[in-house]
Amino acid sequence: MSTGCGQAGTLESCDALVMVILDAAASGVSIALDGPSVSAFEEEMRHSVEETLSSLKIVGASVTISERGALDCTLRARVETAARRALAAGEGIGDRL
Amino acid sequence: MRTHRLRRTSLYIPGNNPAMLINAAVYGADSVIFDLEDAIPVTEKDAARILVRNALHTLSYSGAEVTVRVNALSTPFGREDFEEIVPLAPSLIRLPKCETAEDILRADELMGELEQRSGLEIGSVGIIPIVESAYGASNLLSIAKASPRVAALNFGAEDYTADLGAERTKEGRELDDVRSKVVAAARISGVQALDSVFSDINDAEGLFDEALRVRRLGFDGKSVIHPRQVGVVHSAFTPSEREIDSAERVVRALEEAEASRSGVAALNGRMIDAPVAAKARRILALACAAGVGGEGGERR
Repeated sequence: MSTGCGQAGTLESCDALVMVILDAAASGVSIALDGPSVSAFEEEMRHSVEETLSSLKIVGASVTISERGALDCTLRARVETAARRALAAGEGIGDRL
Repeated sequence: MRTHRLRRTSLYIPGNNPAMLINAAVYGADSVIFDLEDAIPVTEKDAARILVRNALHTLSYSGAEVTVRVNALSTPFGREDFEEIVPLAPSLIRLPKCETAEDILRADELMGELEQRSGLEIGSVGIIPIVESAYGASNLLSIAKASPRVAALNFGAEDYTADLGAERTKEGRELDDVRSKVVAAARISGVQALDSVFSDINDAEGLFDEALRVRRLGFDGKSVIHPRQVGVVHSAFTPSEREIDSAERVVRALEEAEASRSGVAALNGRMIDAPVAAKARRILALACAAGVGGEGGERR
């Protein structure tokens, strides 16, 4: 069973601080969002997170995001980095849950 | 032609700074460098690489030339940098710590594989080798001639002086010799010569003096590390009204001599020979490219 935690990004303007905790027992991806863009773009942001994790074949994870006006390409980059770091920190890299 | 593009300034943008990556084109530099190397700590190499890749994939940088300084292939980060960045077709890869032609050939071969795999034209992404060591400086010509991808030679003064154990002064006399060799190798090879950064962002006068000095040595441009340095270097690299007037008079005299079939052109009693004509044409080309001379240009 793979577990691992990864963090990426910052709380500076135009960025997002993202934490990904891999959770083998979870049946899906849970996402907690906070920041000035959330009220207007929550659906798009959730979609970007899910798509990014899916591209890494991650199906069980808990994601926490504090964003500061990050563009979609920045949000996706931070989620991918945090997820890759979580995978690397996990016990079985390549065993994507 | 990537070897003839106006590159008075090349602005370094830290590859892990989203705000600066988004705004890279608004600072007015002729070329921007998304930096994955020295500006990025080892612990953030992965984050910067992914962020720059996404920025290249998504954002538009109309006007500015977009280049990426990757980590050298001899480091643990270099190969992944190439694999993520080259498929996004930046104009150029800035290759640090180049010491031999083999450094260029290794990058050239890998880039060719990545271009083919990504459906890009082979050779479409150029290379600007950064020469910043004594060994590299001893191989300038072979580095510049190593591949048709090479668009310019970029001199890196900070690492070079550190390698030599020399002190880098504001006067820069310790660098005159190697800078002249960079220009000569670039000219022989038909590529541009680009100078190093000036590190003191609060010394605009010192920056202007250095930029003017390297322009007089023959350099085509200079790297900058802060947006406020862009205008200073542009003003040093843009011909003055007096220089443009003088160059125009030379060219006019040449044209009149050709029209009258006199065979010899002269201006104010002095013969205009080939080097004088070449210098005048270079000044007018630079002025035209900078938008201050030639057709439609506006004088300073």
